[in-house]
Amino acid sequence: MNQEKDQAFVKFRGIEKHFGDVVAVQKTDLEIPEGSLVTLLGPSGCGKTTLLRMLAGLEEPTRGDIFIKGKRINDTPIHKRNLGMIFQNYALFPHKTIFDNVAFGLKYRSASKLEMKKKVDKALETVRLPGVGNRMPSQLSGGQQQRIALARAIVIEPDVLLMDEPLSALDENLREDMRREIDNLQQQLGVTTIFVTHDQREALSMSDKVVVMKDGIVQQEGGPEEVYNHSTNHFVADFLGHSNFINAIVEDKTEKFTKVKLEDGSTCLAVPADEFNNGDKSEIVIRAQKINISYQKDYDKKEGMNFFSGKIMDRSYMGGEVSYFVELKSKQVLHVISFVKRSPYRRGEEVFLTVDPEHCGLLPV
Amino acid sequence: MKNKSFRPWLLLSPSLTAVFLLLVVPVCFVVVYSFWLRAPSGADIPAFQFGNYAKFFADFFYPGILLKTIRVALETVFFCLIMGYIPAYFFYKTESKFKPFLMILVMLPFWISFIIRTLSWINILGDSGMINHFFLQMGLIKEPFAMLYNEGAVIMGLLQYLLPFMILNIYVSLDGIDNSLTEAAKGLGCTEWQAFREVTLPLSLPGVSAGCLLVFVLTCGTYLPPMILGGPGDELIANLIFKRVIGTLDWPFGSAISTILMGLLAVIVYTYNKYMGISQIFNALSKE
Repeated sequence: MNQEKDQAFVKFRGIEKHFGDVVAVQKTDLEIPEGSLVTLLGPSGCGKTTLLRMLAGLEEPTRGDIFIKGKRINDTPIHKRNLGMIFQNYALFPHKTIFDNVAFGLKYRSASKLEMKKKVDKALETVRLPGVGNRMPSQLSGGQQQRIALARAIVIEPDVLLMDEPLSALDENLREDMRREIDNLQQQLGVTTIFVTHDQREALSMSDKVVVMKDGIVQQEGGPEEVYNHSTNHFVADFLGHSNFINAIVEDKTEKFTKVKLEDGSTCLAVPADEFNNGDKSEIVIRAQKINISYQKDYDKKEGMNFFSGKIMDRSYMGGEVSYFVELKSKQVLHVISFVKRSPYRRGEEVFLTVDPEHCGLLPV
Repeated sequence: MKNKSFRPWLLLSPSLTAVFLLLVVPVCFVVVYSFWLRAPSGADIPAFQFGNYAKFFADFFYPGILLKTIRVALETVFFCLIMGYIPAYFFYKTESKFKPFLMILVMLPFWISFIIRTLSWINILGDSGMINHFFLQMGLIKEPFAMLYNEGAVIMGLLQYLLPFMILNIYVSLDGIDNSLTEAAKGLGCTEWQAFREVTLPLSLPGVSAGCLLVFVLTCGTYLPPMILGGPGDELIANLIFKRVIGTLDWPFGSAISTILMGLLAVIVYTYNKYMGISQIFNALSKE
C-alpha cells in the first residue's frame, strides 16, 4: 500500500468496464497528478464518460482498482468520496433556491448555519454571481446555471473535480467565456480536475494533460502540444485538427530526416524516425495548416522542401482563412488551410504545394 | 383585422359545439332539474324552488353520506398513493427489458369490464371465496371470515379500479426527473434514501397530487363497488343519486344531490388548479 502513496493523486490501475457484452473501457492505467487539469478526449462512445463515472462511483468497474490519494476507493460509496461533479445539463435542483443548491453538499457535511452561509457566499462570489441566492435555478440563464453548478461543486472543497462535458449545452460564444472561467478557477483553486469532452479545442486549450481515447482504449496521453504535434497514431492525428495522410515506404534514414517513397514513385522527406527500418510501410501525416499554397511561377525554389502540384477541387471560405481541397496527380486529395493573404485561389486552378519536412510526421501503419 | 379576430373561434367551433352539446347542456339539464318539483303522482313539475336542496340539508342523513363519501375517498387516495408509488418508482428505476410488458399489465384491467372486475372480488373475498376456502381447508379457521359487504371490501374494489390512474400519474412525474439530479445529490453526500427524500420525492409531487385528485374525484362519482361489494351501510353519495334517479325515479332530488356533489368537486378542483395546475393530469393521460 505504501507504494501507492506519494504517487499520482488519482490513479486508475487495470480498470475495465463491461456492459453486458460491450466493453466500454478496456484495461486502462492512468495517473493524474495533484492539482492538474486532465482532459479525457474522444468521440462519443469512446469510454471517457464511463471512466469518469467509475471514479465518481456512479459505475462500478468490472475489473481494476481506483485510487485517490493512494487510497483504494472501489468500495467507498459515492456519497463518501468527496468529489465535485459538474454535469452537462447543470443538474441543479429545480425545486431549491440557488442558496440551497450551493449549500446542499455542506448540509451533508454538518456545517453550521453561519459557516454554511459564509461558504456559500464565497462560492457564489468565486463564480461571479453574488446575490442570486434567493432565486430559483429556472430564473438564471444557461451559463449562469452552469456557474452555480460549479459553485455547488467547489463549495465542498472536493478532492477531485469531475466535469462531464460541462460546456456542450452552452452557446458557442458563451462556451468560450465559460471555458476560460473554468480554466482560471481551476488554477486559482488548484483542485485536481478531470474534464471529459469531445471538443478538441476545449481539450487543447485548458489541459495540463490530454488523454485521447477511442473504443475504450487510451490512444495517447500527454501535454496538449505533444499530442497535437507528435501524435503517435493515425486516430489521434486525425481526431485533432485537420490532417492529411499519405502512404509511404521508408527508403533512407539520416540524422536530419527520413526519405520515404510515395505510392506514385516520387520521394518525400519527413522527420527523423528511429522506430522505422528501411523498407517499412508507414504513413506521412501533414497538418492542413502546414502546407503552403502558391502558383508554381511565384514559388522560389528552396532546397530540401517537399512539393506537390495539383488542382483545386473545392474550397470553402471561412473569413480569416480558406480551406482548399487540392487533387494531386496521384489522385490523392490534400486538405490545405491557408490564411487569406490575397484573393483566394479559385476552383480548377493549378497550384503548387510545399511542405517543410519537419512538418511531415511519420506514423506506423 | 376585424375579420381575423373571429377566425380562431370559427376553427374552434367543432370542438366547442361538441363540448357544449355533450358536457355543458347535460350539466345544465341536471342543474335545472334540481329546482323542479316532484308531484306525489311521480310526475316532474317545472319550477324554481329550493325544496330539493332543503331536503338534502334537512337532517344529517344526506350530508352524513356526503361526509362519509369524502372520508372513503380520502382513504382510497391514501391507499392508492402507498400502493401506487411503489410500482411507479419501480418502473422508473428498472432497466428490465420487461418494462413495457409490465406497463401493459397496469393497463390490462381497463380491457376488462369494470362490473366483471368488481364482481370477481366476491369469488376472492366471499364466504366460499378463494381465501376463506383456503383457510377452511387448511383448518386454520372454523367459520368463514367475513371479508365482504363492508367498507374494507368497498375500498378494495375502488383500489383495483383506481390504482392504474395513480401509478401512471406518478410514473410520468418520476420519468421526467433527470437522472443526473439524483447522481448530483449522491455526489454531494446523500445516501440513496436521502437523495430520494431530497430530490426524487419532491420532484414527483406534481404527479402524486394529480393522481390523488383524479382518484378522489373518481371515487366520489363511483357507485359500483359499494353496490356490489358493500353492505347496506356502505352506500356512497353516488349510490344515493343512483337510487333516487333509477330506483324511485325522483329526478329532481337526484339532480339536486348531483349538483351539490358537483359543486363540492368543483371547489376541490379549482383549489387544486390554483396551486398545482390541472395540466399535470393531461400530461399523464396523454403519455400512454
